[in-house]
Amino acid sequence: MKNPYRTQNIAFFFLFLATLLIIIPVGLIVVVIIQKGLPAINWQFLSDIPRQGMRAGGILPAIIGTLYLVTGAIIFALPIGLLSAIYLSEYAKDNMLTRIIKLAIVNLAGVPSVVYGLFGLALFVVFLKFGASILSGSLTLGIMILPVIITASSEALESVPYSFREVSLSLGASKWQTTRHIVLPNALPGILTGTILGLGRAAGETAPILFTVAAFYLPQLPKSIFDQAMALPYHLYVISTQVPNVDEKVRYGTALVLLTLVLFMNLVAIIIRYKFRKNKKW
Amino acid sequence: MAKIITKNLNLWYGGFHALKDINSSFEANRITAIIGPSGCGKSTLLRVFNRMNDLIDGVRTDGEVLIEDTNILNSQTDLVVLRKKVGMVFQRPNPFPLSIYENIVFAEKIHGEGVTRDKLDEIVETSLKGVLLWEELKDKLNEPALKLSLEEKQRLCIARLIAVKPDVLLMDEPCSSLDPQATARVEELMRELKNKYTIIIVTHNMQQAARVSDDTGFMLLGELIEFGKTEEIFTAPGDRRTEDYITGRYG
Ligand SMILES: Nc1ncnc2c1ncn2[C@@H]1O[C@H](COP(=O)(O)OP(=O)(O)O)[C@@H](O)[C@H]1O
Ligand SMILES: [Mg+2]
Repeated sequence: MKNPYRTQNIAFFFLFLATLLIIIPVGLIVVVIIQKGLPAINWQFLSDIPRQGMRAGGILPAIIGTLYLVTGAIIFALPIGLLSAIYLSEYAKDNMLTRIIKLAIVNLAGVPSVVYGLFGLALFVVFLKFGASILSGSLTLGIMILPVIITASSEALESVPYSFREVSLSLGASKWQTTRHIVLPNALPGILTGTILGLGRAAGETAPILFTVAAFYLPQLPKSIFDQAMALPYHLYVISTQVPNVDEKVRYGTALVLLTLVLFMNLVAIIIRYKFRKNKKW
Repeated sequence: MAKIITKNLNLWYGGFHALKDINSSFEANRITAIIGPSGCGKSTLLRVFNRMNDLIDGVRTDGEVLIEDTNILNSQTDLVVLRKKVGMVFQRPNPFPLSIYENIVFAEKIHGEGVTRDKLDEIVETSLKGVLLWEELKDKLNEPALKLSLEEKQRLCIARLIAVKPDVLLMDEPCSSLDPQATARVEELMRELKNKYTIIIVTHNMQQAARVSDDTGFMLLGELIEFGKTEEIFTAPGDRRTEDYITGRYG
């Protein structure tokens, strides 16, 4: 006779192994980066401009540049993404066209980021003549995370129970009032979580900013959205491959700052989701 | 006085003929029960009266539904006005995930611009008194509505509805998730409410129809087989199929 518990235990073992296989590399990366990068972190590193051909000084312009880009991307992408998600999940009829659009959006999320970079170069930098600037870079990053925002927002909107919409309409609320007062507030945490996770990804991307904004070396902070800017991922690439004799701890320090920034954003997303789950009422 | 009259009302879900030539007349200040086996079209008929079937793709209706002499199937019908006048209580109690207070003032806040806090307080008080919940809830108006018991939730849903000041209350199996005692109390409330409203209640529970309603309609496979005074339907049904249903020969 077969022992069901034995097969179960074997299955558990392999599932556990698979999980371990994912966790170990992630853990190792974090540990190595912290170990090698932490000695570089001090106030000067965070608040000074790069000096001696980026071998010393700090990385402030890159931090600020990344923050600008991320902010710009969210200002552009969140409203548009949210509105199209509302249209797609609340208003659009479920027909062929809608399904094609949704499929296209899902596929856009899988387009390599360097393609977005080239697209941004062609459209924003060259055609619209924004030049290599924070504006072009933000728009490019924004377009890159739009599919993520739309998909996450649609899911969040669709997870709001149909009965809420039904009651609201039956009380004489219009469709828009129902969306605005009932659906949206209940979907908001999911929308924010998805957006932040998308943004975290954007913050660490090099390819989309390569042609659209990133400066090799800029000793001052950007003054307007039409200026070029340094950015953490590109700066990391530069000091790792383009500049000889950069101290290892500077490189890992930069990586650590970038990692912390991204993990911080994800943490915010997790907290929002956790709070919402705890208060989730249906 | 007849509040709602249907004339040769037909409804199709795509190709499926769900309501067949319904002719009926619902009286004001009375409770009319619609009974019949599951799937016979009771909910569909109810949802014609506040045009909730409009939300479903591929629904087609013809015939007339007169509410105070206006055919509400007309394409010019203002659905907001109609639904404020003809309100609905659903099978599952479905308060919004908001406070008790916010649930009741939801519609008022949406419809009335710049209503004062005093006015809202007053609406909350009258509505809760209307469903006999005021004494129990007056000190916890800001607590989440989803913490209430099922019965309280359903009463709250009725309160949320009467806050809109409708004329007609449509109730689709409002007691099906309640225990017998709670059901009895909600039925008591319905008797109270009929002084002010026209009530149409869908139920698969014949005892409930017999207990609470003044008129009864019996439906079968999309047809309204018989419609009349509850007493007569239950004591001397005119149609063989009604009798079979009432005596329990259908499911
Ligand atoms: N959205 C719909 N699309 C297609 N058919 C439906 C839909 N809703 C109900 N029906 C069908 O219409 C008939 C009547 O349904 P309903 O009014 O819900 O019955 P009841 O409330 O009496 O149980 C059933 O046969 C059901 O399958
Ligand atoms: Mg039903």
